[in-house]
Amino acid sequence: MDTRVADDIHAPRQTSWLDFAKTHFRDYGMLLSLLAIMLFFQVVTNGTLLRPLNLTNLVLQNSYIVIMALGMLLVIVAGHIDLSVGSIVGFVGGLAAVMMVRYGIDPVTTTIACLIVGGLIGAAQGYWVAFFKVPSFIVTLAGMLVFKGLTLALLGGMSVGPFPTVFQRLSSGFIPDVFGGEGFNYTSLFLGVASVLALVYFSFRSRANQLKHDVETAPFGLFVFKNALLAVLIISFCYLMATYRGLPNVLIIMAVLIALYAFVTNRTTIGRRIYALGGNEKAARLSGIKTERLTFLTFVNMGVLAGLAGLIFAARLNTATPKAGLGFELDVIAAVFIGGASATGGVGKVTGAVIGAFVMGVMNNGMSILGIGIDYQQVIKGLVLLIAVFLDVYYKKK
Amino acid sequence: MNAILEMQGITKTFPGVKALDNVNITVKAGEIHALVGENGAGKSTLMKVLSGVYPHGSYSGDIYYDGQERRFKGIADSEELGIIIIHQELALVPLLSIAENIFLGNEQAEYGIIDWSAAFARTKELLKTVGLNESPDTLVTNLGVGKQQLVEIAKALSKKVKLLILDEPTASLNEKDSDALLALLLRFKAQGISSILISHKLNEISKVADSITVLRDGSTVETLDCRLEAISEDRIIRGMVGRTMADRYPKHEPKIGETIFQVENWSAYHPIHTNVQVVKGINLHIRRGEIVGIAGLMGAGRTEFAMSLFGRSYGQNISGRVLLHGKEIDVSTVGKAVSNGIAYVTEDRKTYGLILDEDIRKNVTLAHLNGVSERLVIDDIREMKVANDYRRRLNIRSSNVFQQTVNLSGGNQQKVVLSKWLFADPEILILDEPTRGIDVGAKYEIYTIINQLADAGKGVLVISSEMPELLGMCDRIYVMNEGALIAELDAGEASQEKIMHAIVKGGRR
Repeated sequence: MDTRVADDIHAPRQTSWLDFAKTHFRDYGMLLSLLAIMLFFQVVTNGTLLRPLNLTNLVLQNSYIVIMALGMLLVIVAGHIDLSVGSIVGFVGGLAAVMMVRYGIDPVTTTIACLIVGGLIGAAQGYWVAFFKVPSFIVTLAGMLVFKGLTLALLGGMSVGPFPTVFQRLSSGFIPDVFGGEGFNYTSLFLGVASVLALVYFSFRSRANQLKHDVETAPFGLFVFKNALLAVLIISFCYLMATYRGLPNVLIIMAVLIALYAFVTNRTTIGRRIYALGGNEKAARLSGIKTERLTFLTFVNMGVLAGLAGLIFAARLNTATPKAGLGFELDVIAAVFIGGASATGGVGKVTGAVIGAFVMGVMNNGMSILGIGIDYQQVIKGLVLLIAVFLDVYYKKK
Repeated sequence: MNAILEMQGITKTFPGVKALDNVNITVKAGEIHALVGENGAGKSTLMKVLSGVYPHGSYSGDIYYDGQERRFKGIADSEELGIIIIHQELALVPLLSIAENIFLGNEQAEYGIIDWSAAFARTKELLKTVGLNESPDTLVTNLGVGKQQLVEIAKALSKKVKLLILDEPTASLNEKDSDALLALLLRFKAQGISSILISHKLNEISKVADSITVLRDGSTVETLDCRLEAISEDRIIRGMVGRTMADRYPKHEPKIGETIFQVENWSAYHPIHTNVQVVKGINLHIRRGEIVGIAGLMGAGRTEFAMSLFGRSYGQNISGRVLLHGKEIDVSTVGKAVSNGIAYVTEDRKTYGLILDEDIRKNVTLAHLNGVSERLVIDDIREMKVANDYRRRLNIRSSNVFQQTVNLSGGNQQKVVLSKWLFADPEILILDEPTRGIDVGAKYEIYTIINQLADAGKGVLVISSEMPELLGMCDRIYVMNEGALIAELDAGEASQEKIMHAIVKGGRR
């Protein structure tokens, strides 16, 4: 009977700038807000924000938040929450300190052991959430208390440090310059240029592929603009860093993890299944997805990343304190929601979470430079979280 | 007879779409007025204008009710005047009791303190009126959809209803409950309550309606008066689709082969009430190219049987054997059932079938991601091609495969769910109420797809509460009652009377 073949399948996919900007407002809006915030602080701090030294600090200060935001994104997309990550940071940092300082175990073994412990903690919590359907809010609230207490017990209420230099490099080290530059780290600039070339190559290849198969693509002008903007940002960032001490080791770890998680969420079956699980658990289960195991794994993953963040944070302070990690979970969760994730699950992007983390980080850093007290910093951060999520909800309704 | 309601020249636009274009409808006092049209014709929008969901000012045109022009600002305004709408998606709070639901927002209270004995007494009365034999303190979540529907009607009656609007009230009801509901409407009519009945089930409309307004693409096509002459279903369909539909079911010559699927002695118990056996020793078989139906009343255990079979998604203490091509297969998890060639298309596509926030593409490939990926990495382009292919083959009406499924009409959503399972390439496809709540045109398309599947050598099991559908589509029909199969009829000998007869006889056992 009705054989109206939808003839718009092969209609041109080149949409106009305005239409595209409208539908992809969220993707670009986030990045533009981050740039606007950076520009604002750059101006009001008289250029202090983007000085190489401060830029380096910005990366070091936020690395562990960004890394945990990657795991938290998956947890939130799966429809859960993890309140315990701050306590895990403290506990794993303490464990690393005790192992290396008290027992003299070498840093490599310690690192591996700590990551495994992080994963086990995630597993211990995910077990209740996934297989017994105890709400994640409750389980991880319990975990938060348990590991905060265990950190105190482990460290005996004292700070433990300092760490071997090798371990400190995890956080405070910089990549060596293979070109032997004096006062300018050529390797850093080289890495920046190389990653830009790779980025441009992959986005051109995927665009060519999309065009070949009639997939909706961004208007060419916007595509070029976006790539050019990213290239300029990355290269100028690397140049600035190179004039100081080069790229920090932790930045490399962070960049690799961001790329990995962006790939996992966008392109792999496990990523797709996590989104389906958060979007509609019942439908996902009836589509043959092992929803319980998947939930469990997102918590294990979160645990490992929180463990890594714990190591990085301890290495940065060069000491483990019982108060380490206090309140981190709030920054991490805020970053993910500012990045556009939905509190009901199923929606959220890695790039969004990373940008969200840097929005928080730049504000922390900028306000500290301005001498705004910790009291009003928190007020402002809270309001920014509220407004960001409000805008998200508001535009979704429209 | 006086008109209780006149809506004149109603036009309602949404950004980019004219949902209603100069629609006129007149409902006389004490009549049952049917509103029909394909999905997307504007029926629900019109009712939302009437009930004040879209307030005065957001549409153009006039509403006269009870002799006066009305400008409703919200549902509260229209409810106050006795216009009560019962939506297709029921608006009950699952974890509250029947009594609490009925008086929600209208509690039997003095100074804010609820008089429970009065509420319970009133509820009992109302439940008796609608013919629902349940205790007022039963939680709504423990009721089936059909009974929930009756609770909604009881709730409407608890207010002073003068014009009752029912949006697809029988969509999820079986024949018997539908008849009871229609009888109820006739009783209301005798009491002077007018109703507007929106339905896709044209046989019901011919049975009870006094007049019929047909909408197509947001405009009034015609109003038919059933009191002057009997209006045939074909006549209504002609108005709805703008053409005659020669046959409701596509012509099909079955090519039936050997037995490919057998279920032996399948039993399952209720997930909470462990001693209640919901599925009782089912034995059935399906042959290659055969479309087999399961008829039965609501609550007969058909969905429960299908879901317990499909990866133990329902019940506990499940026992029995499943054989495909004579070999026993493992169906203990959904994943295993799917990889062993079984697919189950749920009766509730929004809750169990779709990821509504995701686009068509991601929904289509969800059950068989391995088919579009290489070592866990999804091939975007291949996935797109697959999605576009199904979009074209099943005629899924959408701007492209990147459209969110939440924005599709019921028929197109159902096609997306079907696509998902077709892509998983099953040997046996179990379809649970495959055409519930979708329009005549889309139904025909779905029937055509089912026939094509059978012709491709698959076995199809159709569960449906619409007996004409089973009779029109199936080569063989099992009748299920109280968890057991009680009769098996060939297409040639089956009739509605025989099926009902079997059920009634079975019920007496």
